[in-house]
Amino acid sequence: MTAVSRPLATSGAAATRRPPRRFLHVLDHWFLPGFTVLAIGYLLIPIAVMIVFSFNDYQGKFNFVWHGFTLQGWLHPFDWPGLPDAIKTSLLIAALSTIGSTILGTFIGLALTRYSFRGRGAINGLIFLPMATPEIVMGSSLLTLFVNSGLQGGMLNGIVPKGVLFPLGFTTILIAHIMFNISYVVVTVKARIAGFDRRLEEAAMDLGADELTTFWKVTFPLIFPGVLAASLLAFSLSIDDFIITSFVSGTTNTFPIWVYSIIKNALPVQINVVGSMVFLGAVLIVGLSNIRQARANR
Amino acid sequence: MTAPSLPVRRGPTGPSLRQRIGKATPYLLLAPGILWLLVFFILPTFQMFLTSVSTGSLDNGFKLTWSGAAYVTSLTKFGTQFENSLIYGGTATLLTFAIGFPVAYTIAFRGGRWKNFLLFIVIAPFFTSFLIRTISWKVLLLDNGPVLSFLRDVLHIIPADASVIGTPIAVIAGITYNFLPFMILPLYVALEKIDPRLIEAANDLYASRWGAFRRVTIPLALPGIFAGSILTFIPALGDYVNAILLGSPQTQMIGNVIQSRFLLLGDYPVAAALSFILMAAILVAVSIYARALGTEQLTG
Repeated sequence: MTAVSRPLATSGAAATRRPPRRFLHVLDHWFLPGFTVLAIGYLLIPIAVMIVFSFNDYQGKFNFVWHGFTLQGWLHPFDWPGLPDAIKTSLLIAALSTIGSTILGTFIGLALTRYSFRGRGAINGLIFLPMATPEIVMGSSLLTLFVNSGLQGGMLNGIVPKGVLFPLGFTTILIAHIMFNISYVVVTVKARIAGFDRRLEEAAMDLGADELTTFWKVTFPLIFPGVLAASLLAFSLSIDDFIITSFVSGTTNTFPIWVYSIIKNALPVQINVVGSMVFLGAVLIVGLSNIRQARANR
Repeated sequence: MTAPSLPVRRGPTGPSLRQRIGKATPYLLLAPGILWLLVFFILPTFQMFLTSVSTGSLDNGFKLTWSGAAYVTSLTKFGTQFENSLIYGGTATLLTFAIGFPVAYTIAFRGGRWKNFLLFIVIAPFFTSFLIRTISWKVLLLDNGPVLSFLRDVLHIIPADASVIGTPIAVIAGITYNFLPFMILPLYVALEKIDPRLIEAANDLYASRWGAFRRVTIPLALPGIFAGSILTFIPALGDYVNAILLGSPQTQMIGNVIQSRFLLLGDYPVAAALSFILMAAILVAVSIYARALGTEQLTG
């Protein structure tokens, strides 16, 4: 930026603009970095609160006010009725919905980037819509569909086996999570495939590989980082989802649903402990994969 | 007779099996995922519309009567909550832009070797649960919490009985915080793509730095501004978690009404009508906004 502004400083026109330029200089060199540091602090404060309060020796039912340091929470991280089951359900749904949505979404991503076919615009629109719809609308519309299929003469009766869509529970949560994850997987995978050199595939075919071999030996390894990124995104969206899940969960508890159900009456330190574990685990995974990638690039 | 039968046999077969599979491949790849979205995204929307024009109760079942009563109720009784959603969501979107643009700009143009680390911090909140982050804000903003204690007891700039929890300020603050990364990331992506030589060219052609910023940087950042603001505004409009955890009955948003009508009161027709109105309003608003900004490219 400084190199660019130098010619201006020597020109006559710049002399009249000096005061605003000094103002912009201050803005550029002090305000922007300072503001960014503050904003970063703002982003991190609630996380710091969560971690600090996981060590709180809180009194009464609510872990809202600092009373002193203790390791009790971390020594008994799952010690609250319903918590272990909720965590198990959350992990299982996140894993299954990640697998399902990654497969379905990668297929769509491949079709959209590597083949020409009719109706591409409509497909792109259908992929975009779930991301532009508020979660509450998706959750409530799914609820009406599921409840309807529990009634006589429901829309999907006879097509979907009875008991799958109603009563609400594990299966309906899984269906919903796969649904909202597909679009995110497609967008992530598409971004990766877009920067992909088709000539590599042609080279493999020229050297005598058939289509399947080419896919597994050339295409898949190249798009794998995109697929991995998409599946990590799907996993984190699934494990954190509250709004849609609250509509389709029935009496089944995922971790966020369990937290929400309990905070009216108590705020146990275990919420902070589990939250901190998830946070530190995610940071570790992302950190390690960054280090690996940095090494691979070297 | 064998010789002429060969072309006859080939006739109906047409292209070889392999070529046929090749042609069908995109459809085979699309089918499962698209079917999933049709059955569990489009179909529910139809069902929700049908529910909104039905009458009945959860216990006795709903009957499709094509009654518009639910829409009349929705549009006449819940003005305050619609208004709250618009004001809170709109204010929060403007705030995320005011905070997010300088941050995205700094990371994109000044990040240097810290770029990836800074981006990592921007998405760090996603590694904790949305609910837990919001609860953390409650801890921070409580009457005896650190923020108010500091302003009241150290700086003495607020009255002794000041409180934030339960007010629109707390709800807006919560929404702003929770959706800030959704604003920063698309802005960053758009700003990062800008070729610095374009700004240099503007400067060489005697544009002031402000002029270059206004006439080069901002127009090129428009797709990011568009994506960031709809990614923030849409979830903010439908949010009810911030209003429940940080607000009071007076700060209810339309999401709170939909949630309680569906899950607590079982008043499906009105809840479905509200949900449908919200969706339709958003679709209309997004398309007008897309026209206004002149950018139709959303997902790239």
